[in-house]
Amino acid sequence: MSKKEWPLWEIFIRGQHGLNHRHVGSLHAPDAEMAVNNARDVYTRRKEGVSIWVVKSTDITASAPSAKGPLFDPAESKVYRHPTFFDIPDDVGHM
Amino acid sequence: MSAIAEITAAPDPVLADDGLRRALFEWLCRMGDNCLILGHRLSEWCGHGPALEEDIALANTALDLIGHTQMWLALAAEIEGKGRSADDLAFLRDAMKFRNAKLVELPNGDMAVTLMREFLFDAWHFEMLTGLTESASPRIAEIAAKALKEVSYHLERSSDLVVRLGDGSDESHRRMQDALNRLWPYAGELFTADKVDEAAAAAGIAPELAALRAAWDKTVGEVLDEATLTLPEIRFDVHQGGKQGRHTEHLGYILAEMQFLQRAYPGAEW
Repeated sequence: MSKKEWPLWEIFIRGQHGLNHRHVGSLHAPDAEMAVNNARDVYTRRKEGVSIWVVKSTDITASAPSAKGPLFDPAESKVYRHPTFFDIPDDVGHM
Repeated sequence: MSAIAEITAAPDPVLADDGLRRALFEWLCRMGDNCLILGHRLSEWCGHGPALEEDIALANTALDLIGHTQMWLALAAEIEGKGRSADDLAFLRDAMKFRNAKLVELPNGDMAVTLMREFLFDAWHFEMLTGLTESASPRIAEIAAKALKEVSYHLERSSDLVVRLGDGSDESHRRMQDALNRLWPYAGELFTADKVDEAAAAAGIAPELAALRAAWDKTVGEVLDEATLTLPEIRFDVHQGGKQGRHTEHLGYILAEMQFLQRAYPGAEW
């Protein structure tokens, strides 16, 4: 007996006070519209969000864990990339 | 919140009309009991849904409906003025005192029956609440506006599922068509007015039931068409009497489960 599974969707929610959508988890749904419905029911029951994005899990391309060294280690010794060495004039105010 | 509090505090001339009291109590019980019994039916799926997502969605809808029940039955109890509470009405009335349409007390069956019943009811519920937001009674209009937000989503969700299952596999199509054929003769009760409905309509409290039909026909027709399902060629108002207290044998079993605790341990609190 073959059991057909709905595809997996990654869910992104923009919170009440957030400007960008954040990944909150994943769920199963037959298509994108139902994935939005399901996300509403599964992830926004406690007023967590004001907007939902859904993306098919298979459409996400991820970096390989084994490439962690070459990808991220080179940034380690480059503190000068943080803009912490500038004196900001008081007139500029909060940035 | 303050705006709502002000409306609630304001006198509601319609609700103070002694001549309307009896009819209004009946009418409010109908609104409350439809929500209560359907809410209970949907809650039976909790932990048994075919997928986690569907399980949570059905439980959410059940909770929404129980929430509506609290508002309708609390107002009914207040209008009745005999010191009963919403809980008393829900847990201490016998089957013949319940005023829900027969459609909502039928067993869940499979997901096809559950979802088709939900859709037929949601489409009516949506039109009814939309009409009630214009009610001459500010209290009733306020409850309707609050419930309408949730019911708009109920209808969207059940429509989406009816389309997907109707226009799905051979088996899902067959099950959905079977469900529609089985439930169709119960839908008409929602639109058949008696003296209680006429009194509520005449007082400007509720829309005329027959007037809701055109919009319901349109919604149901469009969704069933997209779902590749066929409207049954039988009368849709065959099974009536629920809202006058003549129920199917199924209601007693629901009440036995729902009311057991309060009957066995009167006044027990959570």
